[in-house]
This record gives sequence, C-alpha cells and structure tokens, in this order.
Amino acid sequence: MSLVQQSSPHAHRARSTSQVMLIVMLATLPGLLAQTLFFGWGNLINVVWCVLLALGAEATMLMLRGKPVSFFLKDNTAAVTGLLLGLSLPQFTPWWVSAVAVISAIVLAKQLYGGLGANPFNPAMVGYALVLVAFPVAMTTNWAEAAMLANAPGFGETLNIIFAGQQTAVDAYTMATPLDEYKHKIASHTAQEVLQHPTFGAGVARGWEWVNGAFLLGGLALVALRIITWHIPVSLLAGLALMSLAFGANEDVYTPLSLHLLAGGTMLGAFFIATDPVSAATSHQGKLIYGACIGVLIYTIRSWGNYPDAVAFSVLLMNFAVPFIDHYTPPRTYGHHKPRRGIPGKTG
Amino acid sequence: MTQLWSFPGGIHPAENKHQSTSRPIRPATLPERLVLPLQQHIGEPAEPVVEPGDQVLKGQKIADVMAGIGVPVHAPTSGTIAGIERLPVPHPSGMADWCIVLEPDGNDTWCELSPVADYHSLDREAVLERIRQAGISGMGGAGFPTNVKLQPPRDRKVSTLILNGAECEPYITADDMTMRERANEIQKGLKIMAWILRPERCVVAIEDNKPEAIEAMRKATEGTHTEVVVIATRYPSGGEKQLIQILTGMEVPSGGIPADIGVICQNVGTAVAVSRAVFRGEPLISRVTTVTGDGVSEPGNFDTLIGTPISHLLTLAGFDPERINRLILGGPMMGYTLEDTAVPVVKTTNCVIAATEPELSTPPPEQPCIRCGMCAEACPMELLPQQLFWHAKARDFDRAEHLNLFDCIECGVCSYVCPSSIPLVQYYRYAKGEIRTQQAEQLKADRARVRFEARQARLEREQEEKEQRRQERARAAAEAQQRKQAEAEKPVADGDAKDERSARTAMVQQALDRKKAGAGTAAKAATTAEASAEKPDIGALEKQLNQARGKLETMESMLEEARVAEADNVEKLERAVAKNVDRVKRAEEALTEARQQLETEAGE
Ligand code: SF4
Ligand code: SF4
Repeated sequence: MSLVQQSSPHAHRARSTSQVMLIVMLATLPGLLAQTLFFGWGNLINVVWCVLLALGAEATMLMLRGKPVSFFLKDNTAAVTGLLLGLSLPQFTPWWVSAVAVISAIVLAKQLYGGLGANPFNPAMVGYALVLVAFPVAMTTNWAEAAMLANAPGFGETLNIIFAGQQTAVDAYTMATPLDEYKHKIASHTAQEVLQHPTFGAGVARGWEWVNGAFLLGGLALVALRIITWHIPVSLLAGLALMSLAFGANEDVYTPLSLHLLAGGTMLGAFFIATDPVSAATSHQGKLIYGACIGVLIYTIRSWGNYPDAVAFSVLLMNFAVPFIDHYTPPRTYGHHKPRRGIPGKTG
Repeated sequence: MTQLWSFPGGIHPAENKHQSTSRPIRPATLPERLVLPLQQHIGEPAEPVVEPGDQVLKGQKIADVMAGIGVPVHAPTSGTIAGIERLPVPHPSGMADWCIVLEPDGNDTWCELSPVADYHSLDREAVLERIRQAGISGMGGAGFPTNVKLQPPRDRKVSTLILNGAECEPYITADDMTMRERANEIQKGLKIMAWILRPERCVVAIEDNKPEAIEAMRKATEGTHTEVVVIATRYPSGGEKQLIQILTGMEVPSGGIPADIGVICQNVGTAVAVSRAVFRGEPLISRVTTVTGDGVSEPGNFDTLIGTPISHLLTLAGFDPERINRLILGGPMMGYTLEDTAVPVVKTTNCVIAATEPELSTPPPEQPCIRCGMCAEACPMELLPQQLFWHAKARDFDRAEHLNLFDCIECGVCSYVCPSSIPLVQYYRYAKGEIRTQQAEQLKADRARVRFEARQARLEREQEEKEQRRQERARAAAEAQQRKQAEAEKPVADGDAKDERSARTAMVQQALDRKKAGAGTAAKAATTAEASAEKPDIGALEKQLNQARGKLETMESMLEEARVAEADNVEKLERAVAKNVDRVKRAEEALTEARQQLETEAGE
C-alpha cells in the first residue's frame, strides 16, 4: 500500500485546457460550414493551412525555448490561433500572406512573450492586423463573391489561386465586401442605390448574414457550455449597436446597424476573438467594460476610420487596456463592503 | 416558504454519497487500544489528570484544560492508561502530538453519570459548564469549543441559530445518517442551545439531496418553532459563510465571526452531543464517522469511539490495501491525505475515504493559466483566484493580501474547475503560511527593538543618576569641608561633635533612600521590557533574588558597623549597599513580572 500524498481538493472536473480549446474549435464549425457553402473552399483551405502552420511554428518555438513540445502542443491553443486566422482572412488570400500572419501570431505575439498564458495581445489579431497593414491590397481584393458552392471555383482551382498565385483568375470570383461597398458608395449615393449592389443580395448581406448567424449559434453554444460567459459578446454587440443607433441612424450617411451586426466579422469577433481569455479582462465588470469598448471602437473605426472592418484593431487596442481594467474592476469579496481597487498602497 | 438567498459560484461535483447510506449506522467494535490526543479542539491543549497505570472508567475525565479556552478529554471506555506519548495525530502535516493511550479492559463500565431531566431548573451558566465539562467542541469543522460558541459577546443579539445539516462535501454522510436515525436527539440538543441563546429564529438547513434526513427532521421538529429549510445542492453550501448567506442574505464581515451579525452555526453531531451531555450526563466519547471509497467493500457509517485508530475502522469496513491509491481524512474537496493509518478518530473526524486511482485520480501535470476565468466564476467568496495564484507564485504577497487572500476559505472550488489543473489552493496555503511567518518575524523584530530601546534608556538613566550622585557627594564633601574649617576655628564642644555625627548619618540615610527609589523605577522599566519579550525562567529569577538579598544583608550590617565606628569606608559601603538594594529590587520586580506574564499567557 503506497499512499499518494496530495493537497486538496482531490476531485477535479475532467475538462482540461485542451478540451476547452477543442470545444471552441468545434463551435466554429457551423460558421466554417456557412463560409464554405456561400464563399467556396477558400476558408476551409485557409483554415487547414493556417492550423498546420501554427502547429509547426509553435513546435519550432517550443523546441527553441527548450520546452516539452508535445505537452504544450496538446493544449490546442496554437491550433485555435491558426483556426481563427483561417476563418478571418479573405478566402483567396495568397499562401504567403497567411503564413506571415500565422507565424507572426505564434512567434511574435505568443511565444516571444513567454508562451501560453503570458501574451498580452490576442495572437490571431496581431497576425491579422500585421498583414492588413503590410499587405492592404491582398487583404481587400481577395474576398470571394457570395455564390453557392456550385458556382464558386472548384477545390483545385481555389488551391491554385491561393498557392500558385493565379491572381488573374481570381478577379472573376471576388467582390467587395458589403461593409466596404457601403462605406465607399454611400458618400455619393443614397442607401437604396447602394443596396442594389449584388454583394447585399436579397437579405442583409448575401451569404454574410448566414455566416454571422452560424458563428452566433456556435458562440451561444460556448456560452451554454460555460466555456465563455455572456459578458464580452453581449456588451460588445450592445456597444456596437448603441453607437450605431446614436450616431448612424441615417442610412443615407452611415452603414445601417443590420450590416454592422451581420455583414462583417462581428459575430466571429464577439464570440470567438474578443473572448480569448488570455488577453481579455477577467472580472464580470471588467469584461463588460472591455466588451463594450471593443464594440464602440469597432463602430468608430468602421465609420470614421480607413478600414472597412475593425475587429482586429479594436481588440488589440483594448488588450492594451486590460491590465488597467483589471486593476479597477475587482469583484466585491464576500464580507467586504466594497471591492479593493487598484494596487496595494494606493487608494481606489 | 422561507425566503432563501443564493451565493455566487459553486460547483456540482459527483456526490458519491449513496455508497455509504445504504447501511444503517453500525457500532464500531472496541479496538485494542485507543489514542486520545490532548488537543482535539481549538484553544489550549488539555493536560492529563491521570497517570500511566491508572484504571479509568468509561466517561471519566482523563485530561482537562486548566486555564484558557478548551475542553476536557474523557475515557471512551473503561481500561488502563497505557501511556502518555507523542504519537501521530490527524493533521495535514502528519505531525505527532501528545496523546493519552488507553488499553480497554473490555468491560465498558461507565463511571457515575449525573443526568439532568429538566435543564430549565438550572441556570444557563450551569448548562454551559456542563457542555464544557462534557468535552464538546464543534464536530463539523475546526472543533471550536461549543460552550464558547454558545456564549456570544453580550452586546450581540442572536437573531438566528442555524443547525448545519447541509453536508455539501461529496462522499460524507455522517450528518445525513445522524439526521435520519437520531433526529429526536438532534432536536433536543437544538432546543437546549436555543434555550441558552434565545434566538429569534431556529433553522435546520439540509441540502435537497437528502430527502430521508429532511423527512426525519421535519417529523422531529413538528409542532416546534424550528424551521427545516431545504436548500439547493451546490458545493460549498455547507460552508458556514455560504450557509449564512443562503439563509439570511447577510455576509459575515471579513475577519469577523458569525456572531457579529447575530448568527450562530452549529453542527448536527454537536446537537446530539449536547443532548446527551444534558439528558444522559454523558461526555463526548464517540461520534459518527463515514468510511467510504472504492477501497472498502462495505462502506457506511460507524458509531466510533474517539481514539479508535483509522486502521481499525478501515478493517471493519472491509478494507483492501492493495487497491487504494490514497486515504483521505475528510471530504474530497477539503480533506487531507493520510500517511499513516494509525492516527485516531478525533472529535472532528467526519469521514475517511479509501480511494482507488480511477476514483480520485492523480491530476494531470499543471499547465499554464489561460486566464479563462472559470475559477473566478466558481469562487463562492468572489475572489480572483487566478490573480491570487499569479501573485502567490511570484511571491508578491502584498498584492495577494490586497486581493483578499485571507478571505479564501480553501474550499477547493477553483482548483476543481481549473482546466489547466493548477493546484491553486496549494499556492494559497503556501502564500498564507509565508505571510504569517513574515508577520511573526516582524513582530519578533519589533519586540527586539523595543527591548533594545528600553535597555538603552535604562543605561542612560543609570548614567544620569550616577552623575547626580557624584555631584551630590561632591557638594556634601564641600559642605563638610566648610564645616570642618569653621570647627577648626572655634573650640569644639562635645555636643557639637555628636550632632555632626548624627547629621552625617542622616545624610547618608537620605541618599540611600533616594537611590533605592530611583533604582527601583529604572529597574522596573527595564525588567518590564525584558520580561515581556522573553519567556521567563522563574527558578533562575528566584535564585537571583535570594542571592541579592543575602548580599544586601551583609552589606547593610557592615554599613551599620562602619557608621558606629565612624570608619573611613562609610561612603564606599554606602554605595555598595545602594547597588545591592537596586539589585534586590530589580530581581523582585523581574520575578513578579515573570509570574504575571506566565499567568496571563496561561490565561490567553
Ligand atoms: S481556472 Fe485555471 S486556467 Fe482558468 S483562469 Fe483560473 S487559474 Fe487560470
Ligand atoms: S479555494 Fe479560495 S479562491 Fe478558491 S474558490 Fe475557494 S474561496 Fe475561492
């Protein structure tokens, strides 16, 4: 009889970090499916490519840092970063653009900061923002036209476009995104005229509304499974909606709320990206502030900034603010009259 | 329907209670020997009142706390005291402590008991004393002496008396089974406690996963003012702070006790013990303990004599040493692992789990924190476990304290939910321990400083006094000189010479008195500081005093002689006497100080 000596608790819930990450990945499947149905094979190919790259980069870095490779690879966090990039990048993004995004995400934003748990910025968004700034053309002209799978380029052709750089062929399949289109046309047209463009389709934004709806569904599943809490997504969407209602009610000047919610990366951002635990605020109150600020920033950049979509920049900007938010939003502990804010020695 | 509140967070771990509720409470057989730790409660350890070789009867007091808070220990059966030794006791550190070892004679003969049929005829103090004399300390948690808990500060009105039957920890069913089988005794004990405390409300709280216990308690309390309140099953609803929150919506202030908000919590086992102490006159010598886990073939509850070795209980439950992986005393959330099965059941031992590896498996290696916030989500105290962990790991204890580390009840919820399987509670215990050590060291340093400063002050004072004395002597000498000169100028009368002699003696006497007084206060200041800082040694001090007294006597007689003979060494002797008076005074002061200190320490 050899007795294990261990400190309490002796019981543990069997849900490891790698399982949490796996559930997150599974929850993106409806979105990926919708993307594939409406925009062709591009996202799927990107996802596979980015995940492979992410795992490769992570393994290399772990090796260089002298860390146990398989122990950390199994936590699935690198795979999630790759997956999120694959889901966010334009469908026909050339392979090397994706590679730059993924490698900078894993190497710069994650491993150089000390690996899992130590990165102040959302790695996927660092990668995304980097390529958005570095390769603006590639990042705006490669969005697929929303067409049912049958009308889109085949699997082989998509592979060719992405990996062999057949950019001549690509123009036939691409189209400005609804957010981009609306933003640039509304200055000289009425809302009615703008909405004639095929990118909007019959509903809110052809294809995009389904993709956003699917990500919303997956996101709700994460909330239901208590992988994430409702605070960040709800406050993010609320922040975005309130800004839109307050400043952009006139559809002939500003992008309408429906497009804000359903035409860009909003739902993916709200449920899967802004909720990245490592780089988000921690307390409930903090999460509400964090999410709401991201929502406000998304609206601000989309409306008055240079970029048609703004999830990446908004999330990164708020990542900066996280330590500050965390310091000032601790919960009120049982038996205390008020929360102890700030840092020891300082009042608050 | 009683209004209920909720507490934040909490978890629903696998209950694993059915294993041990299928059999009624069984009496445990007499073991070969009983080991009775002298400290089974919070407070001062009890001191043995028996000697090895003594014959004792069942229920006879064998150790008691003479001064300070604490309760006595009784012989759980009749037999011979085999020894008083340091033996392993139930403690997370696996430490050894003083225990009385009792070898049963097998007759189980009771000593004479004095039951009380109508406690109303006694006054409350007498009943409280009876409860203390019965050795009752809290049987659910830490083991706080029950009589003390039943005497809240006078200015606190008790609004609610809570009987905690929540038993939220997985596996443990001791309270559940006690409620099922001994509901009437519980009700009687509760009534006594209510009579002592006069609360406005009297509540028995039970989690809704114990329908039989609820039924039994409802029946037992029918027609009384006691409410049986069914609360939702959620760990840690049975934590004192959480239960108070559920039942009253109030929170125990940080660093305070429930009595601060007018609430007293007692455990159901304690209620049974109180009832027996009053109505049967029996002291607390047994308790219900759950023995469960996949490592025993017949899990269940045992009515166990205090002092029964765990190994004996395990054998009774059909223990298979080959299968078990760890032995836990208490529940799987807050209990601790045992190294040794020889440790005895004590008044607070509610459960022993013989767990196999698949049952409570070793957690996977710790991964980095992903800041997922699940711990904060689940923490019933609304702490930030992840930040606490971060600061504890970085040894940034100030920040950990700032984030209310000391409000952590070590319920284990955060570790339970952590997907990175970080042993968070272990880090908190470590941090708390480090902070306490630091504080103790700080205290020691402060005391040393005070002592040093007092010594400095004393030396300075002594220096000053010496100087003063020197000046006085110089003045006296000068005066004497003058007088001598005057005398030399005119013829000396006999009477004058006599006067002169007596004047000098008076002066010496005066100086002596002054010195006595001055040295006395200085010595007192010094010894006070010294005595408060160190554990005094009475014997040594007494010896010192006697020596000093003896010396003083010799000196004084010498001085007398010198004065009579008008010898030249009067001044020198006078100084020596002063010094010795000083010494005696100081020794006396030190001795009384030391005695007082010992007394107050004993009183604490
Ligand atoms: S549950 Fe574990 S991994 Fe998640 S935030 Fe808390 S400590 Fe970190
Ligand atoms: S052990 Fe402490 S920090 Fe963890 S959940 Fe319990 S009270 Fe909160």
